[in-house]
Amino acid sequence: MSGLIIDDISMRFELPDGNAVQALKNVSLDIKEGEIMAVLGPSGCGKTTLLNIVAGFLAPTEGNITLGGQVVRGPAAERGMVFQQGALFEWMNVRKNIGFGPRMKNTPKADIDKRVDELLGIVGLQDFGEKMIYELSGGMQQRVALARCLANEPEVILMDEPLGALDALTREKMQGLVLKLWKETGKTIILITHSVEEALLLGERLLVMAPRPGRIHKEYRLPFAEMGVNADLREVKTHPEFGPRREEILSMIWDMEEEIMGRTESAA
Amino acid sequence: MTILLIYIAIFVAAYLIVRLVARGVAHATDFTSLKTVTFGDESAVTADRTASVVSVVAIFLIWGAFTGSVISPIHAPGPFVGDTSFTYTAEAEDGSRDDATVSVRVFEVGTEAEEPSIEPGDGFAKDDSAKVGAWRSVLIRVDKNDEIGRGEGAKVVAINGEPIAPGETVKLADGEVTLSTKGTPNFKPNQGWQMEPIWLPSPEAVWGRIVEIANTGYQNSTLLQHLGWSLFRVVAGFAAGALVGIPLGYAMGLSSWFRGWFDPIVEFMRPVPPLALIPLVIIWAGIGEVGKVILLFLAALWIMTIAARSGVSGVKISKVHAAYSLGASKWQILTQVIVPNSLPDIFTGARVAMGVCWGTVVAAELVAAEKGAGMMIMVASKFQLTDIVIMGIILIGIIGYGIDILMRMAERWLIPWKGRG
Repeated sequence: MSGLIIDDISMRFELPDGNAVQALKNVSLDIKEGEIMAVLGPSGCGKTTLLNIVAGFLAPTEGNITLGGQVVRGPAAERGMVFQQGALFEWMNVRKNIGFGPRMKNTPKADIDKRVDELLGIVGLQDFGEKMIYELSGGMQQRVALARCLANEPEVILMDEPLGALDALTREKMQGLVLKLWKETGKTIILITHSVEEALLLGERLLVMAPRPGRIHKEYRLPFAEMGVNADLREVKTHPEFGPRREEILSMIWDMEEEIMGRTESAA
Repeated sequence: MTILLIYIAIFVAAYLIVRLVARGVAHATDFTSLKTVTFGDESAVTADRTASVVSVVAIFLIWGAFTGSVISPIHAPGPFVGDTSFTYTAEAEDGSRDDATVSVRVFEVGTEAEEPSIEPGDGFAKDDSAKVGAWRSVLIRVDKNDEIGRGEGAKVVAINGEPIAPGETVKLADGEVTLSTKGTPNFKPNQGWQMEPIWLPSPEAVWGRIVEIANTGYQNSTLLQHLGWSLFRVVAGFAAGALVGIPLGYAMGLSSWFRGWFDPIVEFMRPVPPLALIPLVIIWAGIGEVGKVILLFLAALWIMTIAARSGVSGVKISKVHAAYSLGASKWQILTQVIVPNSLPDIFTGARVAMGVCWGTVVAAELVAAEKGAGMMIMVASKFQLTDIVIMGIILIGIIGYGIDILMRMAERWLIPWKGRG
């Protein structure tokens, strides 16, 4: 029905000292409905900028984004976003947080309650609805963030390193949850991550971006996300293709990082 | 100086005693008690409530001890009260000398006393009598009744046998005698270590005043009216300041135009102490209620504006982004995200503003007012009613402290998420 089309996006802005930054250059992507795409890249490659442009928080200097044929201008409920951490409203309890989006649309209270109950079940927080945000662990908070985003029925879910601040064990559980939600809801998901392993596990499509100017370096189509839906993620990691792919991407990113380092060193 | 040394001594002694006692009692078993590094670990430093109690008791003890109060079991030596006497030696022009006795009665100020009755005695110098209040001094015209007085060339040359010249002082057992430049002995009884009530009244005298003024009032208003008016002015001025300042602060946090427009005004007015505005406010609005409320409005306004503005800038951008991508409108962002997020800052500002307003109202009432806590102590000070002054200071302190405690309780109740975002 509605795909997300990123059409030849470039972004360039000037710094106070007069230098110009080319944050993104000629980025084009065509994301089908229901696809999950992971975006990887060294720091400064413009992956967060790209996500912010898709979310509508930033305007590109060239090109545009269309979702279901509509050009994106500014943030809207059809493109939900899950942040790293600290984006929950700590003055509301869990239920109020999850019901925030529908409440903004003046959805009847009974409908909101039903939806929230449902989502609490999906993310496994049935008993925590009345808790305040600061009473929850980091992993639970991210479950609430996911549920809050889903409550709004967005067409696309944008995730900006949603699991980055979690410990390894919690992170693995949450990766499973993301895959489960992806399959059950059929949402289009774009996920930014620093972890190559996470990108491999969750990315049906995996985009590696390169810095200066921010651009698409290489794209992969991977089978692991589909496998992970029905299997233990640790099993997926033992897949014979998994290890070589990880090494390949890691060394690719390493090379880029080293190139940056070399450049700054020679400049210094 | 002595009092400071005594205070330090009590501080150290209480510490040592409490430590000694605590060693005998069961030890605390909480987590903090197991910390070996406490010096430098702020979280391990909690107020020792024993110290707080001893501290308050020590203040009252010292206060009592130096004012001869009943609440203190030990007292600093008080002023000399009672009858005493000294002799003076008068020398006539021809060199003949005669001794005479001066009987002095030292009485407590506020009580009736008569000069001791004495016989004039023999010789050309006759005995004298005088009375003087404790802490005061008295010039005694000893030659007034002498056969050869100052007019005939006689002068005082010794007190109790010790030679003395004008300007010099002789110490006696119960006081001291200084010869004035004209040669008249000035007797000053020993003052002791205690404070005179007009400098520092005893705690029970202050308490007595509180009870008395609470019952009968002072300067045409009851105590509650005085304090109530001060409180009313603070609440009215603060409420007006918050009502204008908070929206203004939000506007400055949300719009470049507003920030640019009001930045110079706010930044200029903020460092101006509200006390410096009192004369201008009196010129403009007189000494009535309007002037006071305007002054307190100005005192609270800038604090609340800056608090609200920093509350807005303290909102994490990810929260705002999240709310936008959940479909919130600008108005919803303001009411659902920015306002609750800025409440902790606004509360901190409100506490500061209330404190400043309370201080300012007292100062304004000191300058000019018909009612109020500050007016009460100002008028009392003009009549040297030190007990009312101290009473006023204590009540002002208690109310200021009470306001802060109430604000902190409200803060804990209204914004439990503070500092846990």
